[in-house]
Amino acid sequence: MKTIQILGTGCTKCKNLAEIADRAARELGQPYHLVKITEIREIMAFGVLSTPALAVDGVVKSAGKVPTLAEVKALLS
Amino acid sequence: MLGVLALTAWLLVYTHLGEAARWLTLGALGLAPGTPLAAAVEFFTFEVPKVLLLLVVVVLVVGIIRTFFTPERTRSLLAGRRESVGNVLAALLGVVTPFCSCSAVPLFIGFVTAGVPLGVTFSFLIAAPLINEVALVLLWGLFGWKIALLYMGTGLAIAMIAGWIIGRLHLESWVEPWVYAIPGGPNLASETLTWGDRLAAGWTAVGEIVGKVWPYVVLGIAVGAGIHGWVPEGFLASFMGRDTWWAVPAAVLLGVPMYSNAAGIIPIVQALLEKGAALGTVLAFMMAVIGLSLPEAVILRKVLTMRLILVFFGVVTLGILCVGYLFNLVIPTGVLHP
Repeated sequence: MKTIQILGTGCTKCKNLAEIADRAARELGQPYHLVKITEIREIMAFGVLSTPALAVDGVVKSAGKVPTLAEVKALLS
Repeated sequence: MLGVLALTAWLLVYTHLGEAARWLTLGALGLAPGTPLAAAVEFFTFEVPKVLLLLVVVVLVVGIIRTFFTPERTRSLLAGRRESVGNVLAALLGVVTPFCSCSAVPLFIGFVTAGVPLGVTFSFLIAAPLINEVALVLLWGLFGWKIALLYMGTGLAIAMIAGWIIGRLHLESWVEPWVYAIPGGPNLASETLTWGDRLAAGWTAVGEIVGKVWPYVVLGIAVGAGIHGWVPEGFLASFMGRDTWWAVPAAVLLGVPMYSNAAGIIPIVQALLEKGAALGTVLAFMMAVIGLSLPEAVILRKVLTMRLILVFFGVVTLGILCVGYLFNLVIPTGVLHP
């Protein structure tokens, strides 16, 4: 099972990204587990400088923007 | 091929806006020339398409340029850089690196823990909001390239010098102590983008930015048009002119707590300028509104002590005051009007 991690301190964009990622994963039909990481120390450990960021199983896939649904699907599969 | 065609069409439209506005005002609407209403309508129908056309092109170009400068890349360019050279580079990179004040905290921590000197980090943080591409376009469109360049040049100078001063003051101990204790994360591998990806990113920026600011542009120009038509020439000269010594600090004090995007503030700037306010005073007001924002200060309070935030705002405010007085001294009222 994949772990989808949403990195961000809780801004509107982070919420958008979480919703898009959730929808993308559901539409792909993969079993997944969505985690929001809001603690700044943990975010920094990923090496991310701009939020929101998306990571899958600890690997950063996108940072500093809210990708589209299609882009997130491509990043997840 | 399609690009060349689009550019030609763009140029053709852009260079004929004046005639179109005149025809629409005097011909189609049949307004009498020389009346305040005709002046206001012609102003509005000329400025709105002009500014929107410029905005699309500049935001597209800036959006493409920004795909080359991710925050991660900028950090590696600045890490371990000496001060002075670092301040200059950081201010320049602040203009082209995509930055949102909501990311100010991870960016700040990421920079200082990777060995970017504190003053150099501040040069970046000051330049990023202060030199805004939308402001640049609006100034260019409404007042010509000279004022646009003056704004960019002095904005860069403020970011470089203010960052350098903060570096000289050695205020590292005024950063919240836990920041330096955070281990630097891994360096993310940068994405490889094709030109198609970059162009797509540019268009996304156009959709996001122009989509967000166009109502402000239209509204601001409408207010500007009203002032253009009805407020008498030189109306503001007595209290916002060059000879009023307190006008610059008053404009800055008024501007700092105001928080607006550049698109909303510049048509007001235009109206003020046209009716006799001095350029330095107005430029200082604009910089205070867009360059120093209380929400960003609140966000940065997480990583900076209150004292350091006060120094940061103090130094930048001082820089803006200097710019205001300098322009009022050097540039006579009216000389740069279109």
